[in-house]
Amino acid sequence: MDFRPVLNSKKITLGIVLSVFSLFVSVKAFAFQEKNAAEPATETKEEGKFDPTETIMEHISDSHYFHIGGKLAMPLPVILYTDKGLEVFMSSVFEEGEKIHEGKYYKYALIHDKIKAVTGEDKTEDATAKVYDLSITKNVASMLLSMVILLLVFLSVASTYKKRAGKAPKGLQSFLEPIILFVRDDIALPNIGYKYARFMPLLLTVFFFILINNLIGLVPFFPGGSNLTGNIAVTMVLSVITLLVVNLNGNKHYWAHIFVPSTVPVWLWPLWWVVELLGIFSKPFALMIRLFANITAGHIIVLALISLIFVFKSVAIAPVSVAFVVFMDVLELLVAMLQAFIFTLLTALFIGTAIEEHHH
Amino acid sequence: MNPLVTPELGLVVWTTVAFALLFFILAKFAWKPIMGAITERERSIEDALLKAEAAKEEMSRLTNENESLIKQARAERDLILSEARKVKESIISEAKETAHKEGARMIELARVEINNQKAIALADVKNQVATLSLEIAEKILRKQFEDQAKQDELVSQLLKEVKL
Repeated sequence: MDFRPVLNSKKITLGIVLSVFSLFVSVKAFAFQEKNAAEPATETKEEGKFDPTETIMEHISDSHYFHIGGKLAMPLPVILYTDKGLEVFMSSVFEEGEKIHEGKYYKYALIHDKIKAVTGEDKTEDATAKVYDLSITKNVASMLLSMVILLLVFLSVASTYKKRAGKAPKGLQSFLEPIILFVRDDIALPNIGYKYARFMPLLLTVFFFILINNLIGLVPFFPGGSNLTGNIAVTMVLSVITLLVVNLNGNKHYWAHIFVPSTVPVWLWPLWWVVELLGIFSKPFALMIRLFANITAGHIIVLALISLIFVFKSVAIAPVSVAFVVFMDVLELLVAMLQAFIFTLLTALFIGTAIEEHHH
Repeated sequence: MNPLVTPELGLVVWTTVAFALLFFILAKFAWKPIMGAITERERSIEDALLKAEAAKEEMSRLTNENESLIKQARAERDLILSEARKVKESIISEAKETAHKEGARMIELARVEINNQKAIALADVKNQVATLSLEIAEKILRKQFEDQAKQDELVSQLLKEVKL
């Protein structure tokens, strides 16, 4: 497969992606203008109160809208898998939770940015309906964006490697090669050993996936700012992948250590099994919580510092806030890389212990 | 339960799908060629370094060999020179000896020759003297016995002397 034509038109592709995004944006902006004109009174009333908790929670949790600034938001596709069939529509139909959408099978309302099947205008939940929300939410859109970036970057780098075989790295390639070598020489090799090559694709994908999404999360404006790697669902999937890879590759020494530990007296074995089986799950569980907590905490701190300006309702506090936010952002930049590194390192370490030949 | 720690089904599904897709595409079209190229390049660099090392060793080996060769050549030259000197000296002394002997022999020969020649010359002189004396005697005799009277007188005298 030759990706060169794709890569040559990298800028064009990016342009298309951005223009598709902005298309939705303009439609939504128009919709909001209408709404604002209709209800000016409620807007001014809500402006008086500022609840930092609500604002922060809104920013770090998933949404069916991709907010851009002010009341400007990009509607996202809603995909619902119900017991009667699939429903697909744009989230703009809810008008920020104001309206109830009459779907093909049920009536839907957006309650606290969650889609629920409702019985009528009073927004009481329809208990009989089984609705699974598979929408392209803000986090999914952000993840797709990160995928596009990763694919463009690494397929182009791969083609550079093919073109410049045996030569010194150049451009983007020379920027990424040390990172790839870092993953290989400082993460995979020391922890997995000579069989590292088999796990390199996974480790590299995990590393760059977490890194790029951590970094996208740090970008304060559209299309960044989503709290993807600080979402428990994402970190759960990643750690389940680690769990599966580690245990599916576990050799007989690994399982023998868990089920027939030769150095442990037989009467202790049941207790040992409980502890070891807990260990199997607690290790990926710690991975899940670590990444989630670190990234979410970073977002919360930055948002809390920004919220200070609105809590005090003073511009004077802004320089202090901004100074702290800049400091936190720099720290978060470190954390973004550190967490990608730690997640990959621990994955490599767990794989290493599972496939270790010599056992003691 | 706090919504922050409640995984949503939709995101779980999409993350799984997206990550799996990303993994397979990157593994096949990015990581494989990239890791392959890096390994290949590292191998070639290592190969080049090893070759350079080998060349350096070969070089130093050659230098050592050259040095030892030079040393050997020098020793050989010295040996040859000293031998040549010895030979020269022996040749010279031999030549001197030979010359000496030859000289002595020739002197001896010359002496013998001289003696011979002297003897011959003396013999010659003696012969000459004898001949001359005889000639002189003959001439004297001839002169003395030119007239017949004298001859007769002598004969008579001689006859007288003969006592029978």
